[in-house]
Amino acid sequence: MDKSISIQSTEDYGINSAESLRLLRESLIAGEQTTGKVVSVCCGSGCMSSGSEHVRAAFVRGIKDQELEDEITVKKTGCHGFCERGPIVIVGPEKIFYQHVTKEDVPEIISETLIENRVVERLLYEDPVTGQKCFHENDIPFYQKQRRIVLKNCGIIDPTSIEDYIKVDGFQALAKILSQMTPEGVIEEIKLSGLRGRGGAGFPAGIKWETARNAPGEEKYIICNGDEGDPGAFMDRSVMEGDPYSVMEGMMIAGYAVGASQGIIYVRAEYPLAVHHLSTAIAQATDLGLLGHDIMGSGFNFEIKIVKGAGAFVCGEETALIASIEGRSGRPKPKPPFPAIQGLWGKPTVINNVETLANVSRIALNGGKWYSEIGTPTDKGTKIFSLVGKVQNVGLVEVEMGTTLREIIFDIGGGIPGGKRFKAVQTGGPSGGCIPEELLDLPVGYESLAKAGSIIGSGGMLVMDEDTCIVNIARYFLDFAQNESCGQCTPCRLGTKQMFKILRDITRGDGKPGDIEILLELSDAVKQASICGLGMTVPNPVISTIRYFRKEYEEHILERRCRALVCRSLIFYRIKPYRCKACMKCLEACPVGAIIGAKWQVHEIDQSKCIKCGTCMKVCPKRFNAVECVTGRIEGLGDKSE
Amino acid sequence: MIRVSSVSLNINGITVRADEGATILTAAQDAGIYIPTLCYCPDVSSIGVCRLCLVRIKGQRRLEPACRTPVEEGIVVVTDDPEIERLRRVILELILSDHDFNCLLCPKSGQCRLQELVNRIGLNEHRFNRLEHVAKDLPIDTSNPFFDFNPNKCVQCTICVRTCHEIVGNDAIDMAYRSYDLRVSTFANKLLKDSACVSCGECMERCPVGALVPKKTEYPTREVKTTCSYCGVGCGLYLGVRGNTIVKARGDDESPVNKGNLCVRGRFGYNFVNSPDRLSLPLMRAYDEYAQPSSVVKVTEEGRPVTLPLVKREGKFVEINWDQAIKYVASSLAHYKGDEIAAISSARCTNEENYLFQKFTRAVLKTNNIDHCARL
Repeated sequence: MDKSISIQSTEDYGINSAESLRLLRESLIAGEQTTGKVVSVCCGSGCMSSGSEHVRAAFVRGIKDQELEDEITVKKTGCHGFCERGPIVIVGPEKIFYQHVTKEDVPEIISETLIENRVVERLLYEDPVTGQKCFHENDIPFYQKQRRIVLKNCGIIDPTSIEDYIKVDGFQALAKILSQMTPEGVIEEIKLSGLRGRGGAGFPAGIKWETARNAPGEEKYIICNGDEGDPGAFMDRSVMEGDPYSVMEGMMIAGYAVGASQGIIYVRAEYPLAVHHLSTAIAQATDLGLLGHDIMGSGFNFEIKIVKGAGAFVCGEETALIASIEGRSGRPKPKPPFPAIQGLWGKPTVINNVETLANVSRIALNGGKWYSEIGTPTDKGTKIFSLVGKVQNVGLVEVEMGTTLREIIFDIGGGIPGGKRFKAVQTGGPSGGCIPEELLDLPVGYESLAKAGSIIGSGGMLVMDEDTCIVNIARYFLDFAQNESCGQCTPCRLGTKQMFKILRDITRGDGKPGDIEILLELSDAVKQASICGLGMTVPNPVISTIRYFRKEYEEHILERRCRALVCRSLIFYRIKPYRCKACMKCLEACPVGAIIGAKWQVHEIDQSKCIKCGTCMKVCPKRFNAVECVTGRIEGLGDKSE
Repeated sequence: MIRVSSVSLNINGITVRADEGATILTAAQDAGIYIPTLCYCPDVSSIGVCRLCLVRIKGQRRLEPACRTPVEEGIVVVTDDPEIERLRRVILELILSDHDFNCLLCPKSGQCRLQELVNRIGLNEHRFNRLEHVAKDLPIDTSNPFFDFNPNKCVQCTICVRTCHEIVGNDAIDMAYRSYDLRVSTFANKLLKDSACVSCGECMERCPVGALVPKKTEYPTREVKTTCSYCGVGCGLYLGVRGNTIVKARGDDESPVNKGNLCVRGRFGYNFVNSPDRLSLPLMRAYDEYAQPSSVVKVTEEGRPVTLPLVKREGKFVEINWDQAIKYVASSLAHYKGDEIAAISSARCTNEENYLFQKFTRAVLKTNNIDHCARL
């Protein structure tokens, strides 16, 4: 066996068989054991925005200053998911997990941990319940209930180094299927796994592939849908940024199974880092001979191109996405014909979501049976959720299907901050619905969430506490929907607009009795009569909030009351005269001069001038607590209903 | 002859036979069953965006648009039930809430598809009043000399866009912007006169509402079938006449030449027929030695085409008769032979006339110097 393969540069070796891949992997692993400690700095988008780039630079500088370059390597990795605690740094062979690292902490980490092998206690994660310090990622409750299959490599490998990916089990799945399996066999394996599309609709991936394989035509396409548009969702972004190779490998496997030789990754231009990492990955794989002609000597050809989307939400819909790639304006087409039969340039096309394709490489390696044992009998595998909103541990979590919402929000997410009460969780972004507290024990799955009036969607999970006004949330999502509707079909173009206007009226206190019924009728029309998935699902936030929080709607319309004190037109600030000490603090702070009063004269708010910014309440000293915020029809306070 | 196999389906309890490849809509229409449509136009492909023709097909989860769902053997279709009715009403109310419905002043009133739909389907007054009626107040494009485009009345059915693309092949207009702002636009949102528009008016003919209307909206009292005199294509044409004046032209759907389509000349260029400036007679210069002054010296009568030949005498036209004119031309031609002379004929002449003229040029004048303006 020739062990002397140089790993200095990619030009030195080409992979032309499964055997050469194995050799390269072995030599890479052997090479790693000789180089000492590794500092992994998370350079996912979340940590980047909290300054991880500076931290990385500080490490490089610090190590250079101490002349330790030969012993310590600084590596940038993809997202760890625990974005709340970023920037995250994993140090040494012990893999010590440091959170909220700033560049000022770097010298201490170098001198203490890297040189002296001592832990910097203050940078460790502290369990808020037990108060215990956690040394490793796996000790943290946030990670304990997760099962990371898709995110397996995120935060471990350097997303710009193909060697890193090969060192973990990169391209092993591809080598396996190219040397041992027929395309039909691969499809069977995917069907056995029970993998369903992770982009929102949940269509079984195996059946989609089979349809495209059996569709007549020489040329076929694989499209990776990275046009993640849901507000607050960043699963696909993190996968593309942190582990672009898995997505690529998944596409190649799909290409082999379907009989396609061309792949296109459609990714939003708003994800520059993802575009950068993906194009680096493609270039490296092409250099290695893992993309291109006759891959691993199997006769299979495949190439991948990147197309950047211009940021229309509706382009995540597959027919609109195809239109966008073809250079037309992104508007969905009625189905049938389905893209699997007649897609890009009229050719059979498989469109899979980023997460689906990342799953594929895991399934191909470990077998469909292995995957089908994860999750529940009806919903297989895992799902990544982006946990955002009023929750302690904001971040990316990957859980098995069938995990309950309560486990995700309270055990992994750490519950609601500030001792507030949980109100609802919105899943699936603008296409999903709100799920109330009484349904928190619902297991996550395609059918179970659909029954509750929501969807898994692409995996957004927006947690709301008692300070969130549910009508305002519905208004927010409808505002998004009416802007992002492509506009071609009447119900979606005009229905969402009118629904938004009625919801806006309600939040402004201009709601009329009967509005709820009209909203439901409009929702029903938009849902039933729209052409594409966008129109069929965007009324969900309204329908589900009316279903579970009808009382709140009624309070807004009939009593002009916003119990969360969010809708500005329905709330009033007033000063309790018996508590006011005429300290002039609020009077001076009020930006519009709406407070009447003087030294020794109890203050009062002029409601006609007040813009309800809440500054007076914030500046009023806690010991006086004289300003209060009220809602509802209150005598003497600007009731403009008649 | 190719035999198209037919299928049988059930619409509203009635068994209907339809050709394979037909849509549910055409099958229903042939059987006399009404399905409301707005964006459907038989001349162009169907895209099913207005969603008014939704029908229920037994066994299918969702309602399907009748205009683009092909018939299948044995399917059971319901075109109307309380739920479909409710959906149609909501959609119609939504369209109206976005439409400048000043019907009394609209030139399309009486022929408007939207009016007809409201009459047929009706509205829920309570709900309709709750919807916000947004005056879009977009500028009306009056730059085209023949028709106006009022985007405030547009219902985004895209019939005009499909017409321009599929029938005319000109692609002067397309749908621009998205969501609520979706509208018909020329390239870079220019005025129609500055766009690639060739003013054929095909879109205007098919607009179901008052968004694209001719500038001149006089209604004819009778129609005369004729052939367009502009070029050699010979499009079939119906001229609408009111009194003794042509006020409208439309293509003859049954003409094998143009199948109902017209170009800008055929559709809008009929004013010359009644024009006072029209010259329909030969002219002769008065100082020419061959000119024979006519006994009639009267020039044109105001507002009427000249009915006699004219000669120009000292800068003025003088009427002469056809005999004199032909005699003059014949004697003038006698002076030239062969390639000394060239002949140019007109596209306004019929094929037969042009044939005769070239024959005359080659056989009598003995020259091949014959040409033609080819088109107008």
